[in-house]
Formats: sequence, structure tokens, C-alpha cells
Amino acid sequence: MSAISTPPLAIVEENLPNDGRRRRNARTTRIRGTRPGFWVYMGLAVVVVSAIFPYYWSFLIGSGDASTLNDPNMSWIPGGNFIANAITVVNNPAVNFWPALWNSIFSSTVIAASVVVFSTLAGWAFAKLRFRGAKGLLVFVVATLAVPTQLGVVPLYILFADLGWTGQIGAIIVPALTSAFGVFWMTQYLSQTVPDELIEAARVDGASMLRTFWTVGVVAARPAAAMLFLFTFVNAWNQFFWPFIVLDRQSPTLPVALSLLQSNYFVDYSIVLAGVLLATIPLLILFAFAGKQLVSGIMAGAVKG
Amino acid sequence: MTATDTRATASPDSPVRKPERTPRHIMSFSSKLSRWDLKVSPYLYISPFFILFVIVGLFPIAYTAVISLQEWDLVRNTGTFVGLDQYIWILSQEQFWVALRNTFSIFILSSVPQLILALFIAAMLDRNIRAKTFWRMSVLLPFVMAPVAVALIFSNLFGDNHGLVNTFLTDIGLPAIGWHKDPFWSHIAIATMVNFRWTGYNALILLAAMQAVPRDYYEAAMLDGANAFRQFWSITLPSLRPTLIFVIITSTIGGLQIFDEPRMYDQNGNGGADQQWLTITLYLYKIGWGEFNFGRAAALAWILFLIIMLIGLINLAITRRLVRDDGGRGVVRPRRRKKGASQ
Repeated sequence: MSAISTPPLAIVEENLPNDGRRRRNARTTRIRGTRPGFWVYMGLAVVVVSAIFPYYWSFLIGSGDASTLNDPNMSWIPGGNFIANAITVVNNPAVNFWPALWNSIFSSTVIAASVVVFSTLAGWAFAKLRFRGAKGLLVFVVATLAVPTQLGVVPLYILFADLGWTGQIGAIIVPALTSAFGVFWMTQYLSQTVPDELIEAARVDGASMLRTFWTVGVVAARPAAAMLFLFTFVNAWNQFFWPFIVLDRQSPTLPVALSLLQSNYFVDYSIVLAGVLLATIPLLILFAFAGKQLVSGIMAGAVKG
Repeated sequence: MTATDTRATASPDSPVRKPERTPRHIMSFSSKLSRWDLKVSPYLYISPFFILFVIVGLFPIAYTAVISLQEWDLVRNTGTFVGLDQYIWILSQEQFWVALRNTFSIFILSSVPQLILALFIAAMLDRNIRAKTFWRMSVLLPFVMAPVAVALIFSNLFGDNHGLVNTFLTDIGLPAIGWHKDPFWSHIAIATMVNFRWTGYNALILLAAMQAVPRDYYEAAMLDGANAFRQFWSITLPSLRPTLIFVIITSTIGGLQIFDEPRMYDQNGNGGADQQWLTITLYLYKIGWGEFNFGRAAALAWILFLIIMLIGLINLAITRRLVRDDGGRGVVRPRRRKKGASQ
């Protein structure tokens, strides 16, 4: 039975739709011919500079001191106070930086993992299994993509207050455990990636539904699952509205902590912007390692979406 | 061929057919088990998602409607039915209309320039440039930063007194702008935050759609002597229409709910001294968790929900018309083919 897992792998990879597209592009870019001129690179450089500038600005101010911003002869070269300012942020008792960092890491990881698991399961069923009501349910999922579920905050708050969950990290995790977008995304990906023969073959060999899912579905879903994980993780990390409502100062997430920083150190922007950068560093590290996947994930989602 | 095979498996009488094909492997009991497996598994796979999604996603939206018809008592944690009173109260507030105006103003100021910019960036990225991955990643860099962080940086840049933008303006001899005083300029500042974070993201989506346009079209256009601009206008843009509408709809849903940026635009987070940048969601927060009036907050949430649905439906109507106009060109065609193959 273990033999099943190897041959399907090869077939799956051969059938990746991206493969053909990439090959076509490689050919056709040659048709489009010439490398673009100076102005295209100039334009892109302007875009990149404006993308980086706010990061640089927060480092510039965050590495100075309280007077840097008001100095008319302000230098464009960062000062040496970033570490000192960052330590001030971390030690600020009103901000609770370490709990916030932990809460952000923990909640984003759990949310992303759970969205991936539920979406892969449901996406597999929608893409490759036939069952009564499949089409209607899928249409339902797609329709709810347009529903701004954020607007359910009032009953959610009442519910969590009733359960005594306000201020608990669970209150921001539970409402985000599923995502209609995730299901739609996995359905699209799996229905294009896994050939039906493969499932049929596995069934004929006597594999149970679960085994087919595990050896064919999960293996094929891995690239899409990785992208969905990244995307969900970044989104969960950056959430503010609901965490701001339901969490309290003792145990915030990083965005909520940042909002506390502003009300505490309004005057001293060197501290506020050092905190901003500090809170963004974890995602920058993630981006350095997985930015490429995030880019291709967003692009792949666009073509299919 | 494949499609018929699987469909046969799915149809109710298929379990009878299946054992026929591989009779020697299957005994009676396991055959029954397999039949049961086949029928029940799909529902087992989708139910975790649906149960959770209905409880934490859809039920709250529906229950918001119930609460919006009540005067909610925080102490007893129940409500008394008051009909449409909360809606009437909301609609009679001047602040609501100011918030509505601000929300739409910020939305227009952020989505229109953003879309145009994203189109240009995508067109540049679509050229045969060197170091593609580097440029694409750089463009996405702002997306990584939390909206709260973006808002803190930009509210500093747009500071009335020592902000970089005003310093620059006065340096070149222009008058300083009251970014935190004048409604219009505060909307510009907030829209800039939104644009900073989302332009690159949308550019990548549009880039993906551009790359799906069959390159033969460009080849043919080139043979006909069309220049780069003409190609963009007559081939790229029409093919992008469905994706454009998709981007517009998603940015409508997000944009009309804007909260983080206006909330963090100043220290108080009340939308300015004269509600210059009070948005609907900010107003919802003020009513719900400033005044703790959940009935009114729920009514406002539903009003916003209806507005978003209305705009969404208008967009959908436009989409349908445009897609039909487009016939089978560009992105539309491969999509239809995919749809046919997967179902």
C-alpha cells in the first residue's frame, strides 16, 4: 500500500498548471523581445524607494532622541539610540511588550494552522469528492466571501463577555479559526492540481477515503497550504479592530500594544517609532525567508480568484 | 473520460458498480464499509469548517440584526425589543452622516489613485525586467507592516507642526497644510496610509492577470504596428476587467470598514476634534465601547453591512455587463475553461 505515495507524487507534479504557464511565459517574454529601458527601472526604483521610506523614517527617528524630530538641521543618517529606545519600549510597564509578542506569535500561528487544516479538508471534499449539495455549498462559501464578518463584533463581544473570555487570547483566536477565502483557495488549487484518475486509482487499490486524502490530497496541497499559511499568518498578526476591543492592556497583541505606546509617549516619537519598528521586525524576518512564497501565493490566488 | 469515472463513483448506484471492477479485493463487509466511507467522508471533511464558520462567522452577523432591534441592558445582559428605534436614532445623528461622508471620501481617495498606480506598477513589472523576484518582493514590502504601525509613521510624517511633509512644503515656499485640522487633507493623509500598504499588493494581483493574457495578441498587435501604449490600452486593459472588478470589490469591502488608520491618526482616536476623520467603524466603536450602547452599535453595524452589500451588488452588476461585453477574450477565456474542467 505504501507504494501509492510515490507514483502519485510524480503525476501530481507533472500536472501542476503553473508549470505550463511558466514555460509559456519564458517563451513569450522572448517574443516580447527587448529588455525595457532606463525609465522602467527608474519608475520601479521610485516605487521601491517609497515602499522602503517609511521603514527608514521610523528607523531614523527611532534611533534618535526626543529632540531629533524638532531639530531643523536633522541629519538623514540614523543616530545610535535605537537599542536604547527599543529597551525603553520593552521595559515600559504600560505596553507589556513580551506578553504582546508572545500573544501575537501564538495566536497567529494557531489561526494560520487551523485555517490551513480546515480549508484543506473542505477544499479537498469540494474539489475532488462528489456529494449531494456540493455545488450549492460551494456557491454559499463563495458568496460569504463578500460578507464582512468583522461586523459581527457586538454579539461576539457579548458572547465572550458572558463566557468570561474578554482579555483572553482565545477570544481573538476562536473567531478566526476558519476562513471562507481559505476554502475557496484550496478548492481552486486542488481541483486544478490533482487529476481524477489518481483518486480513482487509489480507490481501486482499496485505499480508504482518509488514506486517499492523506496520500494524494495532502501531498498535492502542500504548496498551496504553505501560501495560505503565510497569508493568514500575516493577516492575523496585523489585526487590530477586534483584538483592540476584546483584549485588555495586561495581555495585548503587538498592534494593540503599539496603540498603547502612542497614548503613553505621544510627545516622544523616537520611542513610538522605535516601537513600531520593533513590532514589525518579526514579520520582516518572516518576509526575508518567505517573501517569495508570499508573492507567488498572492499572484496565484489572483489568477484563480 | 476521467470525469465520467468519478461521477459514476459519486452517483448513488455506483457502490454496486465499483466492486464489479475489482471483485477479488473486496469482501462483503469491507465493501459495505467502503460504501459508507464514500458517502459519509465528504460531509466529515467539510463539517468542521462549516460548523465553526456558521457559529463564529455568520451567526454573529445575523444576531447583530436581533440586537439592533433591542435596547441592550449590560447588567442583565439581555435586551428589550424596541423595533427600529435604534436605526432611527442612528440615522438622525449628524455624526453618522459626517462619518458616512468621511468613509466614502477616504475610500474614493484611496481606491482610485491606488488602482491607477497599481496598474502602472503592474505594467512595469510585466515588462521583461531583470531581477523580477527582487522587484516583486520590494513592491510587497509595505503589506507586511501592520496598519497600526503604518498609521503611526504617517501621522508623524503628516504632523501639523514638525511633520516632514509640512517642513518640505514650507522649505519650497508653500504654506503648511493643516493635516489634522482640515477634513479633506486629513482624508488625504489617511488615504495615503491605505495606498502605501495596498498598492503593491494589488499591483501583484494585476500583474498575475496580465501574465495570463495570451502573448499572441501582443505579437499580432505588434505586426499591425501598435505601439506599447496602444497595446496596453487595447489588449491589456480590456483583458484585465474581471480582475479589476475583483480588486475593486475586495477593496470596497475592506475600505468601507476602515478603522485602524483613522483610529491611530491622533492620540485620542476619536476621529478628530470636529469629526474630520470619523469613519463609520470608528463611530461604531465609540457607540459600542465608548458609550456601551450595544443596541445602537449593532444597528450601525447592520447599516454598514447593508451599504457594503449594496455597493457590492452594484459592482457585481457592472462585472456581469463588462464580462459579457468582453466575450471570450483574455483572462475570461482560460477561466471559463477551468470552470468547465473542474465541474
